[in-house]
Amino acid sequence: MSAARTPARATSGYSAPVYGPGYALSDIRVMIARGLRRSVRDPEAFTTALALPVVLMLLFVYVFGGAFNAGVGAAGGYVNYVVPGLIVLCAGFGAGTTAVAVATDMSSGIVDRFRSMPIAPASVLAGHIAASLVRNLLATTLVIAVGLAVGWRPVAGPLAWAGALAMIVAFILAMSWLAACFGLVVSGPEAATGATFALMFVPYLSSAFVPAGTMAAGLRPIAANQPFTPVIETMRGLWMGRTSTGAAVGHEAWLAAAYCAAILVAAASAASWLFRHRTAGR
Amino acid sequence: MTYTVKAVGLRKAFRGKTVLDGVDLTVRAGRIAALLGRNGAGKTTLIRVLATLLRPDAGSATVAGHDLLADPGGVRRSISLAGQYAAVDDMLTGEENLRMIARLRHLPPRAARGRATELLAAFELADARRRLVKTYSGGMRRRLDLAVSLIARPELLVLDEPTAGLDPRSRERLWSAVRGLADDGVTVLLTTQYLAEAEQLADQVAVLHQGRIVAEGTASQLKSGLGADSLDEVFLALTASAEYGGDAGDSVTRRTPGVTR
Repeated sequence: MSAARTPARATSGYSAPVYGPGYALSDIRVMIARGLRRSVRDPEAFTTALALPVVLMLLFVYVFGGAFNAGVGAAGGYVNYVVPGLIVLCAGFGAGTTAVAVATDMSSGIVDRFRSMPIAPASVLAGHIAASLVRNLLATTLVIAVGLAVGWRPVAGPLAWAGALAMIVAFILAMSWLAACFGLVVSGPEAATGATFALMFVPYLSSAFVPAGTMAAGLRPIAANQPFTPVIETMRGLWMGRTSTGAAVGHEAWLAAAYCAAILVAAASAASWLFRHRTAGR
Repeated sequence: MTYTVKAVGLRKAFRGKTVLDGVDLTVRAGRIAALLGRNGAGKTTLIRVLATLLRPDAGSATVAGHDLLADPGGVRRSISLAGQYAAVDDMLTGEENLRMIARLRHLPPRAARGRATELLAAFELADARRRLVKTYSGGMRRRLDLAVSLIARPELLVLDEPTAGLDPRSRERLWSAVRGLADDGVTVLLTTQYLAEAEQLADQVAVLHQGRIVAEGTASQLKSGLGADSLDEVFLALTASAEYGGDAGDSVTRRTPGVTR
């Protein structure tokens, strides 16, 4: 037997841990709180995420808006065209933040601790996704607020507004899970930034800033049919009363919902599998 | 005799490189066991396998009565792991880390707060409770890591090189906390590179070398039996005794005759 033992106060007052399936929700809640806390603890990223919508809105309305609207021809100015595009662009940027957050987590020891504890495995990712949703909705709110301030005049009634917001939530969720996948497959936070860089450029190849019909012939089919376009057109149709493609809002909405659902299911399954696989294999 | 850890023939290879080459290990309930080995001996891999973070390629183990492969959930309920790299959240404060893990251990909010306060005091972190962990020193992080591991009483506490990089005072404090746990009936499995640390803390020492347990006994048995004062000398003695066919000591169980090739 070795040295004399001195009881440490640290060991007093134990509570026996309780476990069960009913605690999965509680685990998820704790992880969401963690994700939100971490979001505001990174002031630089947080400020960038909030400054971006404002700067882009001013840029697109006051710098490019005059020239762009000559081609777009939105009544009441370019702002009446561009708002859905900016929301999608900001969601792409937000996805980058999420990918970095997931990659950072995976490269730190805390995930090992979580995994060695009897908690719902999905809760770690769920925390990231929920935090991502809140961050992105904040950015969306800013786009809408600044848009209204610089002359955006949607004609939507309450139901159409609700529809547009539902579209945004579905889109952000799909992008967040996709971002989580990026964060899980890359080697670290730096690589995650690179991997999601592309997501910020996809909107330019959609009807976000100019109608697909005005693009070069080779790009038109891509821009008209890629998943971002129906999402943008659904919002545009609901808010402004008509889409830029000429298709009915209902048609765009079904297409957008199908795209979002497909991305959501595929990305969420892939991310859950990757989370188990990646952390187990290191 | 009851064992908290009972591992038989654990093997693990990464891309063809064998890291665990058939590890047999038993840890008796309520004891402090030290896994002694140099860098790259496979200590961390063995710990990760036992903590359900890595799936072994072959072999089996039970931890606190739960089969590692058939009932990983049971293993997770019974263990608490403190890693070599402090497994705490940098972007949260010390107090938030403790409360978060307490909530994940399903303590009610008030109990979680109380337990966090208790542990902050016990590990002398009360003054730093509201600071983000990324501003902590190495010793403070390690203490917080251990505190987080002790939120709920585990049957087995697994510590991977708990004192690496700590100053003597922090090390002493950590040792006393570990001893206190053992007095409480918690089984402890820790890894270390230092025979002196194993001697200070452990009731039983297993020497891990090139993915195998090459010797087992108490630290003093290892020292006196082999005439060694450090891990290097233990290896020297084991190697020498194997080469010359001599006996390293009756009390030391040598597990493989040829330690080095």
